[in-house]
Amino acid sequence: MQTVKLLAFGWALHFKMLSQSAFDGFLAILWPLFFATVAFFIYRHGSKEAALAPVALGAAVMGVWTATSVSASSALQRERRLGTLELLVAAPTNLAFVLLPVTLATSTIGLYCIVATLLWARFLFGIHVPIAHPFPFALGILGVVLTIGALGFVMAVVFVRSRRAWAMGALTEFPVWLLCGFLVPISLLPEWTRPLSWALGPTWGMRAIHASAFGGTPWADLAGCYALAIGYVAVGGLLLGRMIDAARRQATLSLT
Amino acid sequence: MTSLRIFFIGGAISFRALFGWLTPAIYIPTMILTPIFQIIFFAYIGRAAGGRSDEFYVIGNALQYAAVPCLFAMASTIADERFWQTLGPILISPARRLPLFLGRALPVIVNGLLTCAVSLLVGGLLLGVHFPGRVWVTLVPVLLAATFSCTGLGLITAAIGLRVRETAVLSNVFIGLLLVFCGANVPLDDLPGAMSSISRVLPLTHAIEAARDVAAGASLGSVDSLLGREVLIGVVYSALGFGLIRFLEQQSRRLATLERV
Repeated sequence: MQTVKLLAFGWALHFKMLSQSAFDGFLAILWPLFFATVAFFIYRHGSKEAALAPVALGAAVMGVWTATSVSASSALQRERRLGTLELLVAAPTNLAFVLLPVTLATSTIGLYCIVATLLWARFLFGIHVPIAHPFPFALGILGVVLTIGALGFVMAVVFVRSRRAWAMGALTEFPVWLLCGFLVPISLLPEWTRPLSWALGPTWGMRAIHASAFGGTPWADLAGCYALAIGYVAVGGLLLGRMIDAARRQATLSLT
Repeated sequence: MTSLRIFFIGGAISFRALFGWLTPAIYIPTMILTPIFQIIFFAYIGRAAGGRSDEFYVIGNALQYAAVPCLFAMASTIADERFWQTLGPILISPARRLPLFLGRALPVIVNGLLTCAVSLLVGGLLLGVHFPGRVWVTLVPVLLAATFSCTGLGLITAAIGLRVRETAVLSNVFIGLLLVFCGANVPLDDLPGAMSSISRVLPLTHAIEAARDVAAGASLGSVDSLLGREVLIGVVYSALGFGLIRFLEQQSRRLATLERV
């Protein structure tokens, strides 16, 4: 129960903090809109009007990754810069339960992007996105937010020893957009990229959202999305323990 | 002589000191890999949508990405001085402002040129777009014009850095606007009329058009009017940026906002 309270409090606190930041809040919403706008024009020019609704959904979900990639990657770096990392590590609470709400809060900011992009598509481009099955659609959106937050958690842990974690996070933006099939069908990508796409939770979340919106069967994709989210948290938790132990042993925790 | 020293040596020292992305751990991901990923991303969207050729997206995005180093590096010349609280000593120095600030733009232009060229080369190789040697020679002045005009816009963001703290957000907004407006991925004819009119007065638009013409076999002479307009836009933005720096410098002295970080 205490863990749940910690997760909920941490999530709410960081969500409020991120909402106040021009970079994490305003820009995270605006940035994907530029790419969505370009994608709408390209698809419209290519006379693929029928593809515009799936593209609008993909562009909306893209924003969740944008909101998460840089902020989550540099979450521990930020604590280190503020001088609070040692305090968090020394606290009796498992650090994973402190860090996970941070990355989940960053991906939750992406919900603003989803709403903004869908409104942008509707009112500026006249793209109507039908939602055939609202309940699995909502589960799909939630799944995408959770799996991206969990993936951000893994990235935060992996980049804990890097002082330039934000650059690594920013580097993942385009590859993840492509590999997850947000705007381009995965079948168009080279064959060797397929396993990478399958290993990414947002791929399954995106498939579930598409299936829910356009009348398909989303349940298997939803299961894949949530399973990968749980897997990311487990992997991140294990890695975090090892990383922190190593950082303490080598006295690199406060490396700035 | 002093002005020349401030222009060249001062500019180089400022770039090395303030452009925090020069370390390989940041430079390689942001200046080399990300533009290549951007090119591939839009080329695949083009393929999926049945849009233009890969060459169209390689050229458009390689040039558009010049905006990233040019805008961020120029903004850092003021914002980072302010952050490190060294802006005051610089502004009370008797150095002439023109070489002081324009000198800081020169390394930015060179870096932008390098970023563009590497993106064009590697992005092209990965997507099977080949530019003959003759095209490369002709492209150099086109890329220079593109980075010059972008740096002019960067000078404006640098000036705004005298007043606002969020120059990173501002630079990103400008980069996003250029992505939509400058014809990197959407030909101006496909944009609504008002948008394409705005495109004509933005940096990069004419350089991208010229670069595509050159890649299609046009000589430098046949794109000289496009290049002329790109350079003119760069001059106008640079003059506006420099004027804005002078104006906001005076304002910040009057309002005591110079070191408010």
